[in-house]
Amino acid sequence: MRTQNATAYRFLTPYLLIFAVFWIWPIISSFLISFQATRTVPWRFAPAFNWGRLIGDPAFYNALKNTLLILVIQVPVMIALAIVMAVLLNSPLLKARGLYRFAFFAPVVVGEVAYSAVFRLMFSLDFGIVNKLLNSIGLPKVDWFSNVTPAMALIMIAVTWRWAGYNAIIILAGLQSIPEDVYEAATLDRVSKVKQFFHITLPLLKPVIVFCAVLSIIGTMQLFTEPFLITERGGPGGGTETLGLLLYRQGFRSLNFGYASAVAYTMAGLAIAITLVQLWLMREPK
Amino acid sequence: MTSRSQARLGRSILLHLFLTPLALVWLFPLWMMVVFSTMPDNGIFSPGIELLPHDGFIDNFNNLQRDTNFVGAIGISVSVAVTYTVLSVLLTSMAGWALARYEFHGKGAVVAIIFGTITLPYAVVLIPQFIMVARDFALANTWIALIVPPLFNSLGVLFMRQAFSMMPAELFDAARVEGVKEWRIFLFVALPLARPMLAALAIILFLASWNNYLWPLLINSQPGAMTAPVALGTLIGLTKVSWGGIMAGAVMLTVPMLIVFVLLQRHFIAGIAAGAVK
Repeated sequence: MRTQNATAYRFLTPYLLIFAVFWIWPIISSFLISFQATRTVPWRFAPAFNWGRLIGDPAFYNALKNTLLILVIQVPVMIALAIVMAVLLNSPLLKARGLYRFAFFAPVVVGEVAYSAVFRLMFSLDFGIVNKLLNSIGLPKVDWFSNVTPAMALIMIAVTWRWAGYNAIIILAGLQSIPEDVYEAATLDRVSKVKQFFHITLPLLKPVIVFCAVLSIIGTMQLFTEPFLITERGGPGGGTETLGLLLYRQGFRSLNFGYASAVAYTMAGLAIAITLVQLWLMREPK
Repeated sequence: MTSRSQARLGRSILLHLFLTPLALVWLFPLWMMVVFSTMPDNGIFSPGIELLPHDGFIDNFNNLQRDTNFVGAIGISVSVAVTYTVLSVLLTSMAGWALARYEFHGKGAVVAIIFGTITLPYAVVLIPQFIMVARDFALANTWIALIVPPLFNSLGVLFMRQAFSMMPAELFDAARVEGVKEWRIFLFVALPLARPMLAALAIILFLASWNNYLWPLLINSQPGAMTAPVALGTLIGLTKVSWGGIMAGAVMLTVPMLIVFVLLQRHFIAGIAAGAVK
């Protein structure tokens, strides 16, 4: 290839322009805003104003705790479920594959608002279908919205329902790129299917699983719509408030952009840190 | 029947016995969305268990339209999603083409920046984007506010770069030898060859725009400027509102996408899987 600066940049400029204005500049800008006192006009530079407040703010620790709790429980459960879905959907023994694929993949196209509304209705205390079904098999009703533990469980159930199939699609693509002859050789050596799964499939899927985990962590770190709509602004009493919701309240209800930017950078820092740890834990053995 | 094929049959039965209940649980919320959308509110909030659709969809839709101008919001959502998809496919494939097919100064830096920022949470840019669009440009509650800021999409660029770099160079060199201009090669040789990838990308981008909630919620909060998910979201949690109507709205947002999903499943799955398998 020859060097073709002019031609290349003619193709690149429109994208780079948007990219710089709506992505690169805001990344820098929000870092700068986090060091400013923004509650009075004009804003003034006050390095410890927001970060100092963040370190002592119980609302921040509550949101952080809830976000990490969801992260630690929901992401592993969902990834495990997605692996199971993908492996079983890939089985040559499966009949009516299209129907099963539809069942697991359909939530991928459902918008956050639509499914939040359905989950809210399905889990309502007296008239929700879930409590009616629990009752009909002799179990007690669960008050999903007034107690913290069931409310958190509900958020995790909802997110898992929405995203497990998405991850299963990615993992299934990874499975299908594993060459068939690896398994044929193992079968000839009389290695059991279960052993094949743990000693061949999982190690070969590692990069794909790490990718899914990283995507899910970044997504869950910013969780907003589900606690906003399903548990009604992070209820009961802040019991499901996440960092995403705290950012929304501070930035767009109180219009305190400086503090909200500090929260946003905390989310980014955590996402990057967890991603790096993950990549380090899953590194190739030398 | 040999013992081998008996074992196969046994495994097959086990597989279906496990997967069928799981599939039914997974379909249940979608099914209930449809059922609720056809029931009057006093049916939804009654002690009985109703698992089959009724015939109240039109009534519910009328209730929804009374609560909020949902048809108008759908109109905004469709126009925005179509415009966004066309523009975004064009921008990202032009950029992907340049990164895949030309050598130029600063190429390494451009690729590094796109890759380096891909894992940053969107939350980081939300506040400056809002300040810029709402205050500096005074564009809140306009179509531009809904369409332009989300165009920065990095995954699309990397996806199209991948698609173009897999094409054999001879195809384009032959055209160059005949003196065809670069933009004509891009438009009339490269883009048609990339059609399956473009379809996959377009579907994913359309869906993302159609379902986008947080940004439209913040930037277009006036009733006449809301997208359909935002309009529907404002009803959730209000007291005097028709839940059957909300469900009718949820069905109108979801069922068209499910139909597209069934018809174009291959492209859909390719688009989602492409993010991972590089």
